[in-house]
Amino acid sequence: MTVIPETGAETLGRQESRAWKKLKSNKIAIFGFAMVMFFIVIAVLAPVLPIADPNATSWTAIRQPPSAAHWLGTDEIGRDIFSRMIWGAQASLLAGVVSVAIAVTLGVPFGLISGYFGGWTDQIIQRMTDALLAMPFLILAIALAAFLGPSLTNAMIAIGLSAMPIFIRLTRGQVLAVKTEDYVEGARAIGLSHGKIIRRYILPNVFPPILVQATLTVATAIIAEASLSFLGLGQQPPSPSWGSMLNTAKNFLSQAPWMALWPGIAIFMVVIGFNLLGDGLRDALDPREN
Amino acid sequence: MLSYIGRRLLIAIPTLIIVSIFVFSLQKILPGDPVLAMAGEDRNPETLEYLREKYRLNDPVIHQYFYWIGGALQGDLGISLRTNQPVTQLIAAKLPVTIQLAIMSMIFAFAIGIPMGILSAVKKGTVLDYVANIVALSGLSIPNFWLGIMLILLVSVNLGWLPASGYEPFFRDPIRSLETMIMPAFVLGTALAATLMRHTRSAMLGVLQADYVRTARAKGLSEKAVILKHTFRNAVLPIVTLSALLFGELLAGAVLTEQIFTIPGFGKLIVDAVFNRDYAVVQGVVLCTAIGFILMNLVADVLYVLLNPRMRQAL
Repeated sequence: MTVIPETGAETLGRQESRAWKKLKSNKIAIFGFAMVMFFIVIAVLAPVLPIADPNATSWTAIRQPPSAAHWLGTDEIGRDIFSRMIWGAQASLLAGVVSVAIAVTLGVPFGLISGYFGGWTDQIIQRMTDALLAMPFLILAIALAAFLGPSLTNAMIAIGLSAMPIFIRLTRGQVLAVKTEDYVEGARAIGLSHGKIIRRYILPNVFPPILVQATLTVATAIIAEASLSFLGLGQQPPSPSWGSMLNTAKNFLSQAPWMALWPGIAIFMVVIGFNLLGDGLRDALDPREN
Repeated sequence: MLSYIGRRLLIAIPTLIIVSIFVFSLQKILPGDPVLAMAGEDRNPETLEYLREKYRLNDPVIHQYFYWIGGALQGDLGISLRTNQPVTQLIAAKLPVTIQLAIMSMIFAFAIGIPMGILSAVKKGTVLDYVANIVALSGLSIPNFWLGIMLILLVSVNLGWLPASGYEPFFRDPIRSLETMIMPAFVLGTALAATLMRHTRSAMLGVLQADYVRTARAKGLSEKAVILKHTFRNAVLPIVTLSALLFGELLAGAVLTEQIFTIPGFGKLIVDAVFNRDYAVVQGVVLCTAIGFILMNLVADVLYVLLNPRMRQAL
């Protein structure tokens, strides 16, 4: 009797349901997920929420402390901070998600090729990865953003490219662990093409750690976008972004401390949300924990 | 040991070459003509041609690269467009400031992160462990530039205890120097402390389950001796390696910290260069950072071998 090897997708299916159950029972991770969802919902609903125009200035309401009219106060040119905070969530989340999408889209294929084919291809990709990893994440992002020109789109590209080597390394490591498994050897023995083996047997097995890393990297990317915007290399005025709001706020610390308070709390909350969710996903998807 | 270091240095060479190609190509992805940026207001064709010749921009790209890397290998990273000073000289002047900030930050990171990690592992599952984990997670999630702003607001603006900005070289006025650097170092140190705490906890938990720790307890050794002599000594290995690797994080953090506290260091140099479109300085700083990071990786590997008797014997 012939035993048909289990495919990566089948193993993953079982892992998925077990991991999902585990994640649902992890209250801290669910709390993180709820925080992330809260920010996603307000970012998506920003255009339809009954809030002030985030760019509308008012010379009669300059640097006003929180009040019934302006829940979180106003900034140095009388703009409503609450409204700018909500619109700023869009920039932060967009930057976090898009830059990680760039990093994953470029990093995973390079990692797959590097790990699967080995040899010279692997050597070349790995030396390039070493070189990118030798430049600290934020410094690389600053240099790229500087040369590409300051804008939110370029900041996302810069952060995405800077985060890419982490995904190349991670994917390659996973591929090396999986490619000697019986079901991959079996697939190779029956003459499946490299493309099919990678798609059907390898990719599903490298997916869980990539998902965990992607979640944690969104947190890092949000801080990176805020940092670039804080330095003036991300979102450009007058469009709101939490980082650029902090950049302005630092000039009015003694006159309007509330300007610096809210954007920082928002960054902290959304980042801790992604970190808690990422930690929970790691625990749920780690086979040693099951 | 020397041959091991030699081998590791050889492995670093291709990485360095790729880094240099990358840093060089940064200038090439720049939209527009770099000569226009150099010339400023003077758009006289003769001046532009003179600059193109001077910087060999009419040569093939590959020649330009070799010209640039040849200079870099002799310590010539070009001239700052803004100040007209050699980039190497600018970097050398700013480096001691950032090194002082880095050392003070590491002191904070070790003083907070390691005891917290040990306590958290020893008291695993207790309230103390949960609190330490929450503090560490918060440390990782707080943007350090915001923490800096909040500290300035509290300590400098409201309480008036410490200066909000400025820098004094340590050897000129040590007290004033510590006063100006203590807040930035704390800000930069907290993020590193969080990473150190998490790794110390995890390394300690791994060692605490080892047979020799159980044997040490069975021999009747005091808990302090078991933790410090038998557990921590063995857990320290990955922590030492990590500390060397935190160098990159430290430099990246310094960029923002120096900006907030107006410290004239390496980080501020790159940000100012970016805004002044002083690309030679940006390239120089990125190249030096990468070389520093590769060297720190080497130090981490060598320390790992030196501290691990099994690895020493394997060499």
